[in-house]
Amino acid sequence: MNIHEYQGKTLLRENNVAVLDGVHCTSVDQALAAYDNLGSKVVAVKSQIHAGGRGKGTLYRPDTREHVMDGGVKIAFSKEEVETYATNILGNVLVTIQTGDEGKIVNNLYIESGCDIAHEYYLALLVDRDNKSVLIMASTEGGMDIEDVAHNTPELIHKVVVDPNAGLLGFQKRDLGMALGLSGAALKSFGKMLSNMYSMFIREDCAMVEINPLVKTGADEMIALDSKISFDENAEFRHKNWDDLRDLSEEEDVEIRAKETGLSYVKLDGNIGCLVNGAGLAMATMDVIKLYGGEPANFLDVGGGADEEQVKTAFSIILEDPNVKGILVNIFGGIMRCDIIARGVIAATEALSLDVPLVVRLAGTNVDEGKKILAASTLNIHPADDLAEGAQKIVALIGGEE
Amino acid sequence: MSIWIEEDAKVLVQGITGKQGMFHADKMVEYGTNIVGGCTPGKGGQTVELQGQQYPVWHSMSEAIEATDADATVIYVPPPFAAEAIMEAADAFDSIKGEGVVVCITEGIPTLDMVKAVSYVENRPGVRLIGPNCPGIITPGDSGGAKIGIMPGHIHAKGRIGIVSKSGTLTYEAVAQTMSIDEGQSTCIGIGGDPVNGTGFIDCLAAFETDPQTEAIIMIGEIGGNAEQEAAAWAKDNVTKPIVGFVAGATAPPGKRMGHAGAIISGGKGTAEEKFEAFRAAGIACAMDPSELGKVLLQSLKEAGLR
Repeated sequence: MNIHEYQGKTLLRENNVAVLDGVHCTSVDQALAAYDNLGSKVVAVKSQIHAGGRGKGTLYRPDTREHVMDGGVKIAFSKEEVETYATNILGNVLVTIQTGDEGKIVNNLYIESGCDIAHEYYLALLVDRDNKSVLIMASTEGGMDIEDVAHNTPELIHKVVVDPNAGLLGFQKRDLGMALGLSGAALKSFGKMLSNMYSMFIREDCAMVEINPLVKTGADEMIALDSKISFDENAEFRHKNWDDLRDLSEEEDVEIRAKETGLSYVKLDGNIGCLVNGAGLAMATMDVIKLYGGEPANFLDVGGGADEEQVKTAFSIILEDPNVKGILVNIFGGIMRCDIIARGVIAATEALSLDVPLVVRLAGTNVDEGKKILAASTLNIHPADDLAEGAQKIVALIGGEE
Repeated sequence: MSIWIEEDAKVLVQGITGKQGMFHADKMVEYGTNIVGGCTPGKGGQTVELQGQQYPVWHSMSEAIEATDADATVIYVPPPFAAEAIMEAADAFDSIKGEGVVVCITEGIPTLDMVKAVSYVENRPGVRLIGPNCPGIITPGDSGGAKIGIMPGHIHAKGRIGIVSKSGTLTYEAVAQTMSIDEGQSTCIGIGGDPVNGTGFIDCLAAFETDPQTEAIIMIGEIGGNAEQEAAAWAKDNVTKPIVGFVAGATAPPGKRMGHAGAIISGGKGTAEEKFEAFRAAGIACAMDPSELGKVLLQSLKEAGLR
């Protein structure tokens, strides 16, 4: 789960990590008031969306797609400029390298005081799968795309792996700080920031904290100039406040509804809907549809113990997508019994008066009963014995690729 | 032989009094698994009925292992308490027997809980953790066998193919594919789809390589991380038995989590293409469609003079 920069900055501030003064705004008037209150001549006017590359993004009108302004993060030197930038940003669509062409509507703005920057760095904390530990990465190449730095100059990225039993140790903070060329007050400020950030990472169940750039001021103080924070969704049960931080407008409505019913759904661009049990098999089903010339419309895992109702919900979610021209059901029953799935499929087909071709492949627990139930139905359901046959059938039924 | 779990292994169930625990414990007994009891804190002294027989419940894992000399435990404890259950089991096996297998089925454990639990288990070298978020491990026997997890037992048969996979239902698919060419399985392991887990691909490949019963291996990966690439590179130098591979998620869009917590392409890394390439570079025979695993396996067996 991602949060906005302004929410991340509040969290950092609460955890004694230095950030600049800033105000979250949702209107131009608020932005102007924020400028007056901050008392800083120079401010940053920052679009708040859950995607990177905002600074180099482009703003368009949502209806006409008319070009409005280059750059989703602007430095304003006067109140007039704040007004111009805020007007150009709020309510418009920001397209960045991470949003895709459709972009995202900007509903939130962050007005932040300026500061005297001596140097920009990169800092990130994340869970490293290889070391099965928290990894801290830092680089002198702040403000750049870190993927590029990793690719072109990997020696400029310095890493520290935190032993979960020992926690972040003093020498690790010093080593990392010195690798960045810090000394004296700046090194001390960096160490303190790192300790506080690591504690926050653990306490708040973060998945990633990325500060790009982290800056050293002229006064040798380390300040988080940006913040990109995401949480581990599995830990939601112990963070009741996440509900308030969640920006539902940043998430696909249908994906949220799927999750509420225990389904895992991701919309794709194709026209063959899939309903599968198990994440790996669901991915494999999409892959095989593509292999035989079709395009999957979605990823959908109904989980291990889906009942008739969930199957029905799954079908209705798939059918909400107007691109869907056919559906492939692929179930390998383990805990899930094929006879229950077969009944669910029939009930859903009837209730939703399904009018696109449906191919059903069943295997595993109670497969014979399941197949019998489908065969006895008068509905237009095409059975398949294995995944390849199922994929080939549905591709043929919808007429394959254009 | 088989790997890690013998056909007659003595198995405990953590969370045996819960709905999930009891349901699956019953299925395991039905399959022929040698269940010796279970553990639910606060419910020690009770019994649970599985397949018409009574099984004892203990308060703690140390009591349970002392009493039963169990070889393995399987965890059906809800996510908030699962990491603690893993560590309790690891500590009890380590201090009482110096060894043991801990299988964690639970899906949805906080990642940082697993960071702690995995480190805890790694400090007890005799203890092996399988999972979490996995179907478990099964060693089919001549009649029955040891099914430790949630997989449908009836689709398996004893044989010579070792299977290791990140995904549950895809493992079943692989099992069905071996059966379609009249081959059975030595041991099948689901290592789970979480970013931080216990036993990995390389552990499984190493064990299959030394297991005399295993003559060929099926390895099934998915997008996210680089465990498959590392395993492939390792296998190239260390595994002499034929390996057949598949990777799920070739059509997955980058940056989207595909069901499993770990199944995500981030920063352009962890793609299926990259993993298939690593497999091929290591001489692993790849199926592009899981329904072809049987065919590819048969071909590999023939090339190795095993059919």
